[in-house]
Amino acid sequence: MSEVTIRKQRIKRDSVKVRLIVFGVLAVMLILCSIFSEYLTPYDPYLQDLSIAKQGPSSEHLLGTDRYGRDMLSRVIVGSRASIFSTLLLVAIITVLGTAIGVICGWNGKVLDTVLMRISDMFLAFPGLVFALAVAGCLGGGLQNAIIALAAISWPKYARIARSQTLAQKETAWMKAAKLSGSSTVKIIFVHILPNIIGPILVTSMLDIGTMMMELAALSFLGLGAKPPIAEWGSMMSDTRSLMTTSPWITFSPGIAIFISVMIFNLLGDTIRDYADPKSRGR
Amino acid sequence: MKKYVLHRFLQLIPVLIGITFLSFAMMRLAGSDAIIELYGDKGAVAEEIIAAKQAELGLDKPFLTQYLAWVGGMMRGDMGVSYVSGKEVFGTFISKLPATLLLTALSIGMTVVISIPLGVLAAVRHDRFTDYFLRFFSFVGNSLPNFFVALLLMQVFSIKLKWLPVISKGLSVQSAMLPTLTLAIAMSAKYMRQVRATVLEELNKDYVIGAKARGVRSCVVLWKSVLKSSMLTIITLLALSIGNLLGGTAIIESIFMWDGVGKLAVDAITMRDYPMIQAYVVWMAIIYVIVNLTCDLLYHALDPRIRLGVSEG
Repeated sequence: MSEVTIRKQRIKRDSVKVRLIVFGVLAVMLILCSIFSEYLTPYDPYLQDLSIAKQGPSSEHLLGTDRYGRDMLSRVIVGSRASIFSTLLLVAIITVLGTAIGVICGWNGKVLDTVLMRISDMFLAFPGLVFALAVAGCLGGGLQNAIIALAAISWPKYARIARSQTLAQKETAWMKAAKLSGSSTVKIIFVHILPNIIGPILVTSMLDIGTMMMELAALSFLGLGAKPPIAEWGSMMSDTRSLMTTSPWITFSPGIAIFISVMIFNLLGDTIRDYADPKSRGR
Repeated sequence: MKKYVLHRFLQLIPVLIGITFLSFAMMRLAGSDAIIELYGDKGAVAEEIIAAKQAELGLDKPFLTQYLAWVGGMMRGDMGVSYVSGKEVFGTFISKLPATLLLTALSIGMTVVISIPLGVLAAVRHDRFTDYFLRFFSFVGNSLPNFFVALLLMQVFSIKLKWLPVISKGLSVQSAMLPTLTLAIAMSAKYMRQVRATVLEELNKDYVIGAKARGVRSCVVLWKSVLKSSMLTIITLLALSIGNLLGGTAIIESIFMWDGVGKLAVDAITMRDYPMIQAYVVWMAIIYVIVNLTCDLLYHALDPRIRLGVSEG
């Protein structure tokens, strides 16, 4: 390897680091904003004042007001809690659940493995949102049920990654050494397997945040997620669709909020993937 | 190859059983109050009438018996009647299916037209301005929820410019335009990246350098070798995305009032019309499984390495 190549590589690695810091900070800011949303709103997001209903964006109300005269900026900020928080919760659930099932399958093998993998095949046989729609439809609306619906269709991917990684780990020399030295199964799984397989799984879940946020918003948009008056971006959009012709800012501000958040999490996900796996860079 | 086809068909059986069982169990769990749905409040009707209705609908039999009866009915095209309209569920579903299939086909067509040339262009102009520009757009497209795109397009083309109708009136070119475009934008954004990655990988192979060293012009290498060998992967990736499209049409159909199965399902969910939801889930899953199987078999039939048994998998 020539010196020029090495230097080029170093520059590239540094640029990935810079991106990682920038997008990481942005994502943390979004999350903080969703946690402290109540304290950040300029107005009360639920306070109705019909005298200022449907006003366009102005210096007083940066994103205008909705049909009840509620400040849109405040509503969008408060909406971040339902949207961002439930997405992160959803991703955490599928990551933990999928990984647990995958590790158990890979470690145990035999009948349990076959049964669980066939079940995951079953879930994978349903196209995309179709099954989530049905689950949400059966359970009825509500943010909680939307999370359950999306978790039901998303865990098999994680189970598969975790399973194949565990199988690979099982064959390594240190695993045999650990077994020979008499480590218990629990210790082997938590100390030797999990730390070694968690990388690719976390990268996958980072890449999934954006998609999950959009799907959750889509369910809410269809009336199968958060219900009004709770401010959630997807339901806010479907709620105000009838006003789109006369006051488009009411419908589009939550949409832009979704777009920006999804983009930040997607950028972060891509950067983390590049950082973890330099081969995929620029793909 | 024959063995492989047989193997794949045998694999289909447990998956189909799984799909039907899962759909049935889910609806039974949710729709156990079918009688209440039918008569309104439980207290309003006598116990005997409820029991009689339960016997008539077969709800008093054990779960597995009910499941088998339901699967048997499904095979004969009998999936019960809608709680809301009282019409045959299967007939209604089949009558709406062509509209959804048309929308899916149009979106795939448009995706191919948009994403393959752009993806190849981005790969050829790798790490130059065109590449960054196209990747930026693909990234933006990937971060936009499709219902937002739908509303944006509606705002621009129907409300501001008044070129196209806001809601579709029957199956016409004008009303198909916006839903197709919406679905194609999201799909192209994702697909363009995959096309780019596939072509780029092929361009980095040794034979390309070899051909260039021998003085073969780049465009000849691209058309004769690179595209030919990456097309198979590209087509497979496209086929695999059909599933997401089938699910994604539901929301777009209900926004644009496109009269297909997606809108039917969303309406059914709002009205808690369980037999209708059931039909939608089961049939969409079956269509998806069949499409995937066909693609897989085609892939195997087309790839000479696999067809001739040079290497397995």
